[in-house]
Amino acid sequence: MKKIIHKAYWNPDKEQQWLNSLAAKGLALTDYSWMRYAFEETEPGKYIYEIEFLEKSRRSPESDLYLRFLEDAGVEVVATYMRWVYLRKKASDGPFAIYSDCESKIRYLKRIRNFWIGIIILEFFAGLLNVGLSIVYLFDKALKASIGYPWMNFIGGVLCTGIGIVFFFTLLLPIYLQIRKVRKEQALHD
Amino acid sequence: MPESSERGSLTEAVYYILISLYQPMHGYGIMQTVGEWSRGRVILGAGTLYGALNTLLEKNWIQTVAVTGDSRKKEYVITELGKQQIEDELLRLEERLENGRRVTGGEMQ
Repeated sequence: MKKIIHKAYWNPDKEQQWLNSLAAKGLALTDYSWMRYAFEETEPGKYIYEIEFLEKSRRSPESDLYLRFLEDAGVEVVATYMRWVYLRKKASDGPFAIYSDCESKIRYLKRIRNFWIGIIILEFFAGLLNVGLSIVYLFDKALKASIGYPWMNFIGGVLCTGIGIVFFFTLLLPIYLQIRKVRKEQALHD
Repeated sequence: MPESSERGSLTEAVYYILISLYQPMHGYGIMQTVGEWSRGRVILGAGTLYGALNTLLEKNWIQTVAVTGDSRKKEYVITELGKQQIEDELLRLEERLENGRRVTGGEMQ
């Protein structure tokens, strides 16, 4: 039996938790495309899922080699979406962690951190630019009459800035904390 | 004498990957072998293993084996340079073990 669920996640950690809670109940992800999750019914707890962010674009030969290596190592590539990959492993094969030591964990966390920094800078740039434009329009009567809808710029700009702030606190900050935690652990163990 | 940059001890993952490769093996085989040898204590993540294999290839501590037959999986094997690293590491480990045993008074309870 197939089941489709439409849902939006921007936090991959939360998304992974959700997929694993469904897998524990017997709904295993088989495909993903923009906000659309396809599931199959399996025995409860058959699979464990992990979401990974690739180093290079999905279409690069490096990513191809890496994903083939994962498949050979017993990890199933369930779906890919941009640079995000949805991976699963049979729970009977033991615990599932793509990165098992501090050094590789930190390197991976930094990869995601840089991605979010890029997104957040874009949001702030678009946001502040539009807010700035709308203010210039409002004070310059001639400009206001000739072009545009300053309120649209204002609302759009505030939205983008807001998204930037939300992403900063919900995505970027937790990654900094995670990196700090692993660094401390690294002072004691591999 | 080993180069100064390579005087530090190996990480557990690198150590186990290198000794598992005295026999040519593919990625999955390395994970299985290391898991068995450490009695399930060292479970190599596939991403960690992939990164480590690429670093070891760059350093020429391991090399890929030309695979014959129908197997499409890449096999790896340790090089002379890699074996030298393991010999150095064994000396370091022996020293650690000796000192630890001496201070704690010998046999573990």
